[in-house]
Amino acid sequence: MHIVDRRLNPGSKSLENRQRFLRRAKALVQGAVKKSSQDRDIKDVLEGGEVSIPLDGMNEPRFHREGGTRDMVLPGNKKFVEGDRLPRSGGEGRGRASDPGEGDGEDAFRFVLSRDEFVDLFLDDLELPDLAKRKLAEAESEGLHRAGYATSGSPANISVSRTVRLAMARRVALRRPRPETIAELEAELAEADEARRAELTAEIEALKAKMRRIPFIDPIDIRFRRFETVPKPVAQAVMFCLMDVSGSMSEHMKDLAKRFYMLLYVFLTRRYRHVEIVFIRHTDRAEEVDEETFFHGPASGGTMVSSALQAMHEIVRSRFRPADWNIYAAQASDGDNSISDGAVTGRLLTEMILPVSQFFAYLEVGESNGSTFEMPDSSLWTLYQRLRADGAPLSMRKVTDRSEIFPVFHDLFQRRQKEKAAP
Amino acid sequence: MTATAEYLFEGADWDFPKLQRIHDACEEIARTELGLDVYPNQIEIITAEQMLDAYSSSGMPLFYKHWSFGKHFAHHEAFYRKGLRGLAYEIVINSSPCISYLMEENTATMQTLVIAHAAFGHNHFFKNNYLFRQWTDAEGILDYLDFAKSYVAQCEERHGRLAVEQTLDAAHALMSHGIDRYPGKKNLDLRAEEKRAGERRAHEESAFNDLWRTVPTGPIKTAELLNSERRRKLLGLPQENILYFLEKTAPRLQSWQRELLRIVRHIAQYFYPQSQTKVMNEGTATYVHYRIMTRLHEQGRLSDGNFLEFLQSHTNVVFQPEFDDQRFSGFNPYALGFAMMQDIERIVSNPDDEDREWFPDIAGKGDVMGVLRDIWANYRDESFISQFLSPRLMRSLRMFHLHDDPQQTEGILVDAIHDARGYRRIRRELARQYDVGYIDPNIEVVDVDLAGDRRLMLRHVVVKGAQLNETDTRRVLQHLADLWTYDVSLVEVDAKNTVLKEYVLTPRGLAVAA
Repeated sequence: MHIVDRRLNPGSKSLENRQRFLRRAKALVQGAVKKSSQDRDIKDVLEGGEVSIPLDGMNEPRFHREGGTRDMVLPGNKKFVEGDRLPRSGGEGRGRASDPGEGDGEDAFRFVLSRDEFVDLFLDDLELPDLAKRKLAEAESEGLHRAGYATSGSPANISVSRTVRLAMARRVALRRPRPETIAELEAELAEADEARRAELTAEIEALKAKMRRIPFIDPIDIRFRRFETVPKPVAQAVMFCLMDVSGSMSEHMKDLAKRFYMLLYVFLTRRYRHVEIVFIRHTDRAEEVDEETFFHGPASGGTMVSSALQAMHEIVRSRFRPADWNIYAAQASDGDNSISDGAVTGRLLTEMILPVSQFFAYLEVGESNGSTFEMPDSSLWTLYQRLRADGAPLSMRKVTDRSEIFPVFHDLFQRRQKEKAAP
Repeated sequence: MTATAEYLFEGADWDFPKLQRIHDACEEIARTELGLDVYPNQIEIITAEQMLDAYSSSGMPLFYKHWSFGKHFAHHEAFYRKGLRGLAYEIVINSSPCISYLMEENTATMQTLVIAHAAFGHNHFFKNNYLFRQWTDAEGILDYLDFAKSYVAQCEERHGRLAVEQTLDAAHALMSHGIDRYPGKKNLDLRAEEKRAGERRAHEESAFNDLWRTVPTGPIKTAELLNSERRRKLLGLPQENILYFLEKTAPRLQSWQRELLRIVRHIAQYFYPQSQTKVMNEGTATYVHYRIMTRLHEQGRLSDGNFLEFLQSHTNVVFQPEFDDQRFSGFNPYALGFAMMQDIERIVSNPDDEDREWFPDIAGKGDVMGVLRDIWANYRDESFISQFLSPRLMRSLRMFHLHDDPQQTEGILVDAIHDARGYRRIRRELARQYDVGYIDPNIEVVDVDLAGDRRLMLRHVVVKGAQLNETDTRRVLQHLADLWTYDVSLVEVDAKNTVLKEYVLTPRGLAVAA
């Protein structure tokens, strides 16, 4: 008998099959993912989990029969005698017996997606927005890469091993006498007789002369490590969350904003290796706070949007060099702003913020009972709309209900290439 | 008092030397006391994840890639993760050496049980039952699967994944009709053929009687009828192995597609005996593990605690819920099989008058294992039940037979119960439930319209008014039409040859034929 321990074998033998299945069911699964994420708590969006898809298209049909007269033998008779008639539905007659196996196997098929599969499918048709600032959109900076060897360079970059190797090759090729050979001859010289001595001396002299002619290391041997500058994508992003926390913002509105921020965060983490979040809340003055305070800390006062933009601008200047960081900003507000602040806000936005950010989204949140269509254009909305009309790259949407967050988010980041690619 | 040193193991932990010891102890009992004849064993320890992997490729250690296996995997996994369904303790493969997969989570007692069950019970059954001997090649199956896997991968590389997938999809849809149900006639060589022709002639001469000439024959066959008979004979029709027919005669298949059909057909054929011997196979294995475990305990090699652990899982396995129980889903093959084996043991060793009347051949014969081994070798579920289900067992399981005729509005008829009038009827009906001839719809290729539009004609003979499910039938026929590349028709006829329903499908594009 053999005992084989297979536990250490590479697992996931079925992974390939599973991927084939997902590929085949992609459209269906994607739909299911969207649907299931709608009624999911935002925190769990990342968690993957169970989805169910309709079996149609994924079915494996076989010939099978249904209906007709059926005979069956069952165990556990308690009171029946031959010739009894059992009513078809209810009672002990087992309702099952009466319906002739209807249903075409169209019921849902449930299975579990891993976190990565889930998020991938969820964000699959989204991409970073088409940016006005192409230069930054490419999100590149210069970096140094090793690129072979050069014959010139700074002494600090001498590659010793390469240089010595080349020198040795040259010495071998030109047959530079080895010091050991000379030492051997000299030892022989000490004990040799007269005739042999002259011969040896001449030979040693010749060898020594040759050794002097062929240097141990020649300038042509020297190699330097070469570096090339290559464009390197900026793999980090910072996300600014700006929110109005004045008294007019209700819990519901904050919740909407939070959902949007979370989605943005998930999305950015898929695209960038490192994502930082900065929370700025403002009333009539702005401050940078931690997440807990941001969403739950009490605050009151008037509303000055410009203060938040000013704060963001200062933080960008001090901590996030636009060359190194991709900057994303999302602002949530109920749209109130003091009238005197409008001009300042507009100027700050167009001159300071928009030029350095990749993307700026404004989300106007409303009360849950209202609908987006009924919301009157607020002062901030009107202002931003005007800026947009002037060509500022702003994205703005109105949201009143939890269920609208996903569509709005999708809408903002929808892949637009398809439209372009279409003839 | 038994010394603890004699125990095979103590507690729940196991390691490889212990497994070896367990196996050797089981083997000793299996060979000497039970007289089992088994393939060499190979025991493999796997994790839960690997068990799930094995599930999705019908338990085989290697299999070609196909999305449907991924679907099954996802399905099993979802259930397993939610805790709705546990995993099997073992999977055993009909191959030589006989491979048993054991789960690493099993306790030492469970490993003993599983080794006795799979490595000896199933193993003996695989090696000795006539269906397995006739239809499967235990030595070659692993090599064949290996070939299949690499062949499918090669085809994908050469002809594209989509084309291969389409062909396999179609083949899988027809898998249940890709089985030879009867061993084919061996082609005689020329000499034997000549000899037989001579014998036939000699017989005709010796039995010549001029009177036969005057016996009226049937109506004269028209030339057309003769023609069609000749055509069908040439095509080997009627043919119920649809995959075989396609592989040999489909007009526009590429040779690699034919090979893929052949692979699917061979695999279906390999599993064919398993579906016919569920009750017997599990009954054998359960009976064997019960005997071995009990013996180990009697010998003092299994502690009382471990034996109780075994009894607990054994009772779970052979539990048969009654028909009105929520857990009921038909007969549990373990329960029915084990009960019948034990019943046979009783009949052979300690029969009563009823047994002598019903089973004169085996009652009181004394050699329990001899009788059981003979039964394990020569029966399948259907014949086993119709031969050996005893009245006593029918009574103890309180079996009854329901006849459900949708035409009868008053309700379902209790046709027979476990009494003297009912025994034979119940036994016949139960055996029929396990008869593949009744379980699988009887569908045959009957003709091809060679002179016309090359339509492939199939016929389903409807039994007891059960017609095919329309949606699925259309889908399967669509696959069939895609492979045949011309129209396909299927008629459903009842016993009187009245046509109940007719399907006609046209192939989609010619992507498959290319």
